[in-house]
Amino acid sequence: MPTEVSGDVQTIEVNGETREFLPPLTVGGLLEQHRLAAERVVVELNREIMRQDGWTGVQLSAGDRIEIVQLVGGG
Amino acid sequence: MEALVIAGRALRSRLFMGTAKYPSPAVLAESLAISGCEAVTVAVRRVSLEDPASGGVLEAIDRSQYLLIPNTAGCYTPDEAVRVARLGRAGAGTDWVKLEVLADPDTLLPDPTGTLEACRTLAKEGFVVLAYTSDDPVIAKRLEEAGAAAVMPLGAPIGTGQGILNPNNLRIILDRARVPIIVDAGVGTASDAAIAMELGADGVLLNTAVSQARDPIAMASAMGKAVEAGRLAHLAGRIPKRLYGAASSPATGIVR
Repeated sequence: MPTEVSGDVQTIEVNGETREFLPPLTVGGLLEQHRLAAERVVVELNREIMRQDGWTGVQLSAGDRIEIVQLVGGG
Repeated sequence: MEALVIAGRALRSRLFMGTAKYPSPAVLAESLAISGCEAVTVAVRRVSLEDPASGGVLEAIDRSQYLLIPNTAGCYTPDEAVRVARLGRAGAGTDWVKLEVLADPDTLLPDPTGTLEACRTLAKEGFVVLAYTSDDPVIAKRLEEAGAAAVMPLGAPIGTGQGILNPNNLRIILDRARVPIIVDAGVGTASDAAIAMELGADGVLLNTAVSQARDPIAMASAMGKAVEAGRLAHLAGRIPKRLYGAASSPATGIVR
């Protein structure tokens, strides 16, 4: 678990819900926190679809809007 | 049976299967297998952060066996549909998309102008657009002109199981189409799929008729056979309908 604290609690929006996080947190870190397997999901950060190989390095900032989606049964 | 070619890809089966509302992943997998289908549709949805393992469908689908076609189900504007199509492309790793832009959640009827706008955008972005639309010959032609790789007129509204409500419109669409026509939605049972194929449809896409049947696996098998039978009957050429009877056995040499 990361214990480093470098800022105050901030809020982001994940799948339409407001969530608090303690910076620094990367997109990859957020997925790990929620035990989401990277190969199963698609991540959109502020309306831009992210490449899987770019997740780990991208830091989240206050006010970011993230969508994490997967393929489900559909007609 | 000869392959159906869409955007250069040859599909052995003319049956397209949805993957929603099955009683279990195992029944889904078995239904897809027994139907003989090669192309399956999936939806794009938010993951549950509380239950991240739930909802995914990929465990039940062998990616080496099936062409995954993400849909834009649940979208009511062209912008939403384009956004979801891009997410689906990233998730499925394919340019194929089943484009749905619906008008309202009660009828679930397509919004023809919204669909047309989204089709134009997605085709320009290199998507292989399979455009779900109403059974209207004019909008079918417009979607073709907008770059749809296939046009998918409904047989009846989504989930109604009412079959092919307007075979005359469908015949006009088929008569004038230069891209494959896949009847999508409204199929309730095997004869509905066979009728669509007998009319000359290039394929049939269905979901609820199988997944909500009492025995989905048996119905999936029936659908595979119906699509094949309907296609063969179309190619074979049916006899004209007559008002009066015409005897099959010889009219001469009858014992009196």
